[in-house]
Amino acid sequence: MSKRMYLRRTWFNRIMLGLCSVAAGLAIMVLALILGYTLTRGISAMNLSFLTNAAKPVGEVGGGMRNEIFGTFILVILGSVLAIPVGLMAGIFLSEFASPKVATAVQFAADILAGIPSIVVGVFVYAIVVQPMHSYSALSAGVALAIIMVPIVARTAEESLRLVPNSMREAALALGITRWRAVVGVVIPGALTGIVTGIMLAVARIAGETAPLLFTALGSQFGVQGLLKPIGALPLQIYHYALSPYRDQQQQAWAGAFLLIMLVLGISILVRWISNRKHN
Amino acid sequence: MAMISNLVNENILPKLETAHNKHKDQKGILEVQDLSAWYRNTLAIKHITMTIQSQTITSIIGPSGCGKSTFIRCLNRLHEVSHCGRVEGCVLLDDKDIYARDVDPVVLRRRIGMVFQKPSPFPTMSIFDNVAAGLKLTQFWSKRWELEEVVEKSLRLAAIWDEVKDKLGQSGASLSGGQQQRLCIARAIAVEPEIILLDEPCSALDPASTLKIEDLMRNLAEQYTIVIVTHNMQQAARVSDMAAFFMMASDRAGELVEYGITSQIFTNPRDKRTEDYITGRFG
Amino acid sequence: MVIVAILLVLVIVLAINAMPAISKFGFSFIGSSSWDAVRAAFGALPAIFGTLLSSAIGLLIAIPISLGAAIFLVELAPTWLRGPASFVIEMLAAIPSVIIGLWGLFVLVPIVRNPIESWLGSKLGFLPFFQGPPFGVGFLAAGFILAIMVIPIISAMSRDAMRAVPDQQREAMLALGATRWEMVRQAVLPYCRSGLVGAVILGLGRALGETMAVTMVIGNSYTISSSLFSPNSTIASKIANEFSEASSGVFVGSLIELALILFAITLVVNVIARLLLWRMTSVKGTIE
Repeated sequence: MSKRMYLRRTWFNRIMLGLCSVAAGLAIMVLALILGYTLTRGISAMNLSFLTNAAKPVGEVGGGMRNEIFGTFILVILGSVLAIPVGLMAGIFLSEFASPKVATAVQFAADILAGIPSIVVGVFVYAIVVQPMHSYSALSAGVALAIIMVPIVARTAEESLRLVPNSMREAALALGITRWRAVVGVVIPGALTGIVTGIMLAVARIAGETAPLLFTALGSQFGVQGLLKPIGALPLQIYHYALSPYRDQQQQAWAGAFLLIMLVLGISILVRWISNRKHN
Repeated sequence: MAMISNLVNENILPKLETAHNKHKDQKGILEVQDLSAWYRNTLAIKHITMTIQSQTITSIIGPSGCGKSTFIRCLNRLHEVSHCGRVEGCVLLDDKDIYARDVDPVVLRRRIGMVFQKPSPFPTMSIFDNVAAGLKLTQFWSKRWELEEVVEKSLRLAAIWDEVKDKLGQSGASLSGGQQQRLCIARAIAVEPEIILLDEPCSALDPASTLKIEDLMRNLAEQYTIVIVTHNMQQAARVSDMAAFFMMASDRAGELVEYGITSQIFTNPRDKRTEDYITGRFG
Repeated sequence: MVIVAILLVLVIVLAINAMPAISKFGFSFIGSSSWDAVRAAFGALPAIFGTLLSSAIGLLIAIPISLGAAIFLVELAPTWLRGPASFVIEMLAAIPSVIIGLWGLFVLVPIVRNPIESWLGSKLGFLPFFQGPPFGVGFLAAGFILAIMVIPIISAMSRDAMRAVPDQQREAMLALGATRWEMVRQAVLPYCRSGLVGAVILGLGRALGETMAVTMVIGNSYTISSSLFSPNSTIASKIANEFSEASSGVFVGSLIELALILFAITLVVNVIARLLLWRMTSVKGTIE
């Protein structure tokens, strides 16, 4: 190998590996940028009235997103109430009772469902709930969010359940407990951490979803009026205010973004912390 | 008389030959001086000193866990690649310490090749490309016929040419275990190293393949220096000229117990521990 | 089960509701570029074009960065750095799309307008890609935003694929006297290539369906233009913008048909990605 070739290879090696490090640095830097900007802009726009006041008409200062925060809260609960039972059942079915072929097919379907753009889900729910009801509603939004949640909950629950060693199942059955009882009493508690973190991740995901709310919840100027009426939500309001030409509303958008990002990242970090503790 | 034969059996003989060889300017002599290696903070082998002769087959034997693999991975500086490997001491290849600061492991590994325990052909490459893989690293624009020559020569030396000459385009992974290992040997030879290290090359293979590989090693020894780690004593006795017996000391680190001519190690070992191992009292 | 049922119902319902538009326009819907509520003439072409082009730009930017980051995480990073760095990159995926859109609108778009687009326009303006006034919003901004959203997915999955490459392959390459990069290039990447391709396609699927962030930075006009500077729309952004204003049955039907088209595209892409990944995990058994 000539000296020239050796130098070529060595330098090429250094350059390419250096580029890889730069790439990783870029990815991390972007996150830092977005996070940092949102936090600083958001904190400066945040004040108590933001949290406690309802939205004020344009031109009036001091408006807040109280109703929308509450709205997000309600929608998340609604979505979870609808999705968690269905998702858990699916996960249990996949892990404990399905034959390998059926399991593969359903897993495949779940993954496909998870990959559907959230706006398509919104349109779908519009067609089957909003149109027949002739009204936008919190209920329809809850349904849309639930559809997004179900595959996440199902797959993470399934994976957690599969991690429970078979010896536990066999030990329970050997004691004469019925199959279903064994699952509920022994296997699920063994996978509880994984199931809970899966649910938390799904919640973090839908808390930030906007697209499906566009034509289901619609947003409301009148606060929360009940499940069968339109309702505002935090991400929705951020979106509307971001596009508004009024500086005050833009400020509020940043404050809302700050709140939302703290919520979402907080849940994600919590989940990570719980998982790490479990492994150590 | 006994004293003289003892002298012959000492490590002195290898050292004499070294001096002799330095005179003759032969290549492929590895002098290991006080080599110790760590995994993280655990000492794996300690204070190994031995000289590996040119164009001989040296076997490293001993019970499992005594650091044999760690030792030869230090010889081509592969030990430090695992993220917590550390080495002290020096290894002289033709009087140059391979652990010197100005030595690039990339260049070193061209001169000291390695074949691993588990046959690892590159599955996405054809048989031809597998053998040529090392060559292509340094000859970017070779004509195919230049490579063909070297590939054929290497496959012949590895005693597998007849079996694969009609299917050089097939994937490297399409061969049987024994064939894959011979392919890996051909791949290692193709870059024309001076020394070839083999880490238990036959332990994953059936007896027939094992014998084929032992046969081809004798051919290889005419051109290369060979160091083979094996837990199979009979294999060591069959194949090697020199043998080094490693064992775990009380602090769980491996050390070199005895090193000498194979026949002498097996028939008249000096150290009691060697004798115990050979006669099967443990290991 | 319920999941499969939801999927089937979704397709059927969307198809039914798109009926008014389908029956009126037939296949010309896909080919037409008009969008006029008054004359009730709708066409999907610019939206489809916008979706594909913005995703393509996004992937073009994202793939080298994601792959590089994955290589860094698996081969280069010291052990103590791997966990935290992976975590940070995954956090990027958790940020809600609307927040990235907000940041994009107020931070990225001004930067894209000036200096990026003005520089590109002045230096390379002879190319059709870089013509037109620098609005800031448009394909270029949308491409950057999509890249940001897709990098975490591609790098996380690539990292997993590369981690699965057995160490013996790496060592065999090093033992032949390869440099670190040569080892990655010749031994690691080819071994896991179907996993890498699957990761990229999955990222594509995500980019195609991305709504909020793109809507906020793409400018929302409706033309087919070769310039990267032009404001435009994607299928998702079109639906997002106009759904609440859609009055007539044909208008709504057209939007629903757009949703159906988007669904079809992302479905195909996601299925391909899943099949590739599934193949990778089952073929590996024979590679050994």
